[in-house]
Amino acid sequence: MNREALLNAALAVGLLLIPLWAWVADEPFVITLATRVAILALAGVGLNIALGLGGLVSFGHAAFFGVGGYAMGILAAHAQVYEPLFTWPILIEGTKSMPVIWLVAMATSALAALAIGALSLRTRGVYFIMITLAFGQMLYFFTISWPAYGGEDGLSIYVRNGFPGLNTLDPIQFFAIAYVILMAALFFTARLARAPFGLALAGLRQNPQRLRAVGLRPYNIALVGFVISGAITGLSGALYADLNRFVSPAMFSWQTSGEIMVFVILGGAGRLFGPVAGAALFILLEHLLGGISDYWQVFLGLLLLGVVLYARGGLIGTLAGRGRRHG
Amino acid sequence: MTAILLIEQVLNGLQFGVMLFLTAAGLTLVFGVMGLINLAHGSLYMIGAFAAAAVAQATGSFTLALIASLAAAAAAGALVELVVIRRLYGRDHLDQVLATFALILIFSEGTRWVFGSFPLFLEVPRALSGPVTLPGGILYPAYRLAITVAGLAIAGGLFWLIARTRLGIQIRAGENDREMIAALGVDISRLYTIVFALGAGLAGLAGAMVGAIQSVQVGMGEPVLILAFVVIVIGGIGSIKGAFVGALLVGLTDTLGGVLLPAGLRLITDPSTAASVGASLASMSIYILMAAVLVLRPSGLFGEGAR
Repeated sequence: MNREALLNAALAVGLLLIPLWAWVADEPFVITLATRVAILALAGVGLNIALGLGGLVSFGHAAFFGVGGYAMGILAAHAQVYEPLFTWPILIEGTKSMPVIWLVAMATSALAALAIGALSLRTRGVYFIMITLAFGQMLYFFTISWPAYGGEDGLSIYVRNGFPGLNTLDPIQFFAIAYVILMAALFFTARLARAPFGLALAGLRQNPQRLRAVGLRPYNIALVGFVISGAITGLSGALYADLNRFVSPAMFSWQTSGEIMVFVILGGAGRLFGPVAGAALFILLEHLLGGISDYWQVFLGLLLLGVVLYARGGLIGTLAGRGRRHG
Repeated sequence: MTAILLIEQVLNGLQFGVMLFLTAAGLTLVFGVMGLINLAHGSLYMIGAFAAAAVAQATGSFTLALIASLAAAAAAGALVELVVIRRLYGRDHLDQVLATFALILIFSEGTRWVFGSFPLFLEVPRALSGPVTLPGGILYPAYRLAITVAGLAIAGGLFWLIARTRLGIQIRAGENDREMIAALGVDISRLYTIVFALGAGLAGLAGAMVGAIQSVQVGMGEPVLILAFVVIVIGGIGSIKGAFVGALLVGLTDTLGGVLLPAGLRLITDPSTAASVGASLASMSIYILMAAVLVLRPSGLFGEGAR
């Protein structure tokens, strides 16, 4: 095993052991922190497919995070008042079942990614960054001005959604769900990176001309990669909403997009476990520095600036050295 | 829906558009000359507004406040360029986005640290606080009219600067071929600092002028920044003319969309649905405009091909 693989294993085991210890020691708050790390890392894993693998610098992934969150919020809100979403042309009712919600969240955020990607991937470089940011902001303003689901105030869900055979209100069991999904997504990403499609996506980052020369269409590759990326981030949005039992337009805000990007970059863009390391560091800093000063984001900003200017490759890049990217 | 209301809204849209132009001009210049995407431009807008509010509170003079906003934002811009931005020119856009995102965090939280979380208020100068009567008997706030005219004058000055002065020649040459003008003996790093400070100063001035209508608070810059992005995507990145046209389009679409869409929908559905659907659509209207421009001209109305 090389150093990066060791580091990845340490992260995976550490993220499991800390909440298990907290469970034994009866520290539910630590379990909740670890759950947040797992869920936010999942959002980063989604972005990492577009950004790390495909080189698509999306500053609008909050759009998919929010769509996933609202998919959960809307389904559960309808289920808790027993009012169907649609009665025509077919009856669609709300649901409190997590697996169904996850599927809907992934499908709707994949659709959102398809629409946003189809338009924004017509451009590249700095246009792409600005346009994804603008579309994220569009959904933000839309949810604020759309009164049916709480508008600016957001939407509260009184009881966390259920998963067959588990008590999701128990912090450690909900953590287990988030952790298993995160690991599954990481496994999927690792396989994807080695699959022909993943190689084509990496080719898009390295040299789109050559991709075209071997007979692949960069636009289609980018769009499929963007949709997969959006669906995973959407799933994490649904989980995040379930963790807080609350969705609000803030999930769509540009700061959310920035933070998801920060997870990926702090940890190391294109590194398989980069988002996990980044999200863990972010939550840790928020918890530690937030306790010292209300203005902890100043220090986060300075740290981020330092990473960008001097420690390219992020946390994993610094600790594990230059290695193969992704996997 | 009366004609007077419509004319008022057109004027409001014009005022909004002109202020957007002052913010977007710096962004598009910095991108055109240095190839840099600067998210912290919204923070410079905020710095201008805070400097103006602080100076207005201390001296009571609005003119001094405006000068302070220009000076503080330009100085902050020059400082940031020298310390951080300079290291980013050779980097890819991802590094630029992250570093300038980090600058937003530092500026926003730093400002909150110094001034607190409560919004400050910048008063409209007494001479301009009342309405003026326009031809046709329309009453319109004098201050809004004044900043529209001032903004148009500044825009004119900027076009003159770029088209007619030595600095403008260097800026245009820098957009075309950086290596060549460096080889011809232009101090390129000085030029970069000047362009950055110029853009920052314009944004700061816009922040101060708008700050007197809205409140001056942390986070006021970023919504404007994102709108300025929409403006330069529509106009074409690097094009001042494009930024001007784009800014007026966005300003008018946003303002008129908020009035005309609910009114138009009222013709086909009941008033409450029209109000809520209209408001939702209006909030999306400028992004729909952007999407339409992208479909028709991916590099913007005046762009020369995406980089």
